[in-house]
Amino acid sequence: MDSALIPKGVKRCPTWQFLAWLSVFGAVLLWGVYAMLLCWFKGLNQTNMNDYYGFALWIWADLAVIALGGGAFFSGLLKYIFGKDELKNIINFAVLLGFICYSSALLILAIDIGQPLRGWFIFWHANVHSMLTEVAFCLSCYFAVLTIEYIPLILENRQLDKVPFFHNLSHNMHETMAIFAATGAFLSFFHQGSLGGVAGVLFGRPFAFREHILIWPYTFFLFTWSAAAFGPCFTLSMTWITEKVTGKKLVKDNVIDLLAKISGWMITSYIIVKIVETLYWATVTAPSKGFDVSHFYTNNGLYGWWILFAELIVGGVVPGLILIIPSLRRNSAARVTAILLGCFGVCLNRWVMVLQVMAVPVMTFDNWALYYPSWQEVATTILPVAYGIILTMISYRYLPIFPQEAELNPLEGAEEVEAEQEATAAEGAAEPATA
Amino acid sequence: MFPINFEWIWDVGHMVFHGGLWYALGIIGAGMTYCIGKAVWDTMQGKGGHHH
Repeated sequence: MDSALIPKGVKRCPTWQFLAWLSVFGAVLLWGVYAMLLCWFKGLNQTNMNDYYGFALWIWADLAVIALGGGAFFSGLLKYIFGKDELKNIINFAVLLGFICYSSALLILAIDIGQPLRGWFIFWHANVHSMLTEVAFCLSCYFAVLTIEYIPLILENRQLDKVPFFHNLSHNMHETMAIFAATGAFLSFFHQGSLGGVAGVLFGRPFAFREHILIWPYTFFLFTWSAAAFGPCFTLSMTWITEKVTGKKLVKDNVIDLLAKISGWMITSYIIVKIVETLYWATVTAPSKGFDVSHFYTNNGLYGWWILFAELIVGGVVPGLILIIPSLRRNSAARVTAILLGCFGVCLNRWVMVLQVMAVPVMTFDNWALYYPSWQEVATTILPVAYGIILTMISYRYLPIFPQEAELNPLEGAEEVEAEQEATAAEGAAEPATA
Repeated sequence: MFPINFEWIWDVGHMVFHGGLWYALGIIGAGMTYCIGKAVWDTMQGKGGHHH
């Protein structure tokens, strides 16, 4: 039915099967939309946020998807600025994931602010002393950049590409993509950093507070570094999942190996600095504020020493080492374990820097404040996941997301398949004239 | 916010934050204007009409 829209030289599942899966994830999406409408129409009383938790599950999800979406800006930086041309075979997918992650982040923020109709206030009545203002500015601009990077991919659809204007526009956008990629890297550096900076400047919360370089706390640099380090892990993880779902090899091993190696060195260098910084915080910064570090990891049912170990060792040192050792990196099982652990590590880091910060008692009369999200918060957090899966399914089916797919999966009787697709396209084009 | 608005103050904060915002938006806008304009021109010149 839709074969005229499917890229040349590749095979896709039957339309009924595609629609069936689409409806499954569509149902989850609708559940999330229902919860979102509840939050908008009834208010934030639908959540379990309270005076302790002004930042809650949504902000963690926001920070996590922004970190995971960092694969887009870092891959773009590597390809367009540092000339790693092999990455052209995975950059489309990185851009798609970035687009999904950042649109999800903006969607979550639109729910979180409670009154989305006043979302423009942050641009017009900007508080120029707030790192979150910088985040809002850079996030919005970078989403525009990601949209610009995604548009040529849409225009390369087999039928759209036949329209001369779209073909020329797509070509011109590709030609100038380095400028957009550089702008995207600039914007990402600042908004990833400022998200970390938000935690680091909280002098009233010694669990989060960090020493500064000029006006920037160390967390500013660590957040940017970790997004660049772990973002590619997410790109590689999603590529692996897509390969498993489709049952096809979609990207050549040399491309995967290169991105995994770069990610590995970034993770390793990041985690060394992170460990040194954590030791300094534990032995100097926190005691200078009157706290022993054990205060942050004891006397509660959830946040024990295990979380520090899981973040630094399981989600940092282990994936970093696996990805920098060539023999381990080239072992598929080890590499997949490492990239999944990497995604886990950066998500856990964001959890700690958002939710554990809120949980730790600060005053002598305070107790640990643990929080459980309401079902509306959970549903609206799952909503972007369903949306992401749906957009990935549609993009994979109709757009040339993986340029090496046709070469890696040659069709038997490819010429006949193409002729059939062309015939279907011609029939489709002729229909309006005959109707 | 623009400097013509009554809330605007000529201090470092406003200049850095809004200067950065308009700088980024300027690059994005100029880049897209160039791409669309050149695509219109190329199309008028008959480019991009032959595909195999």
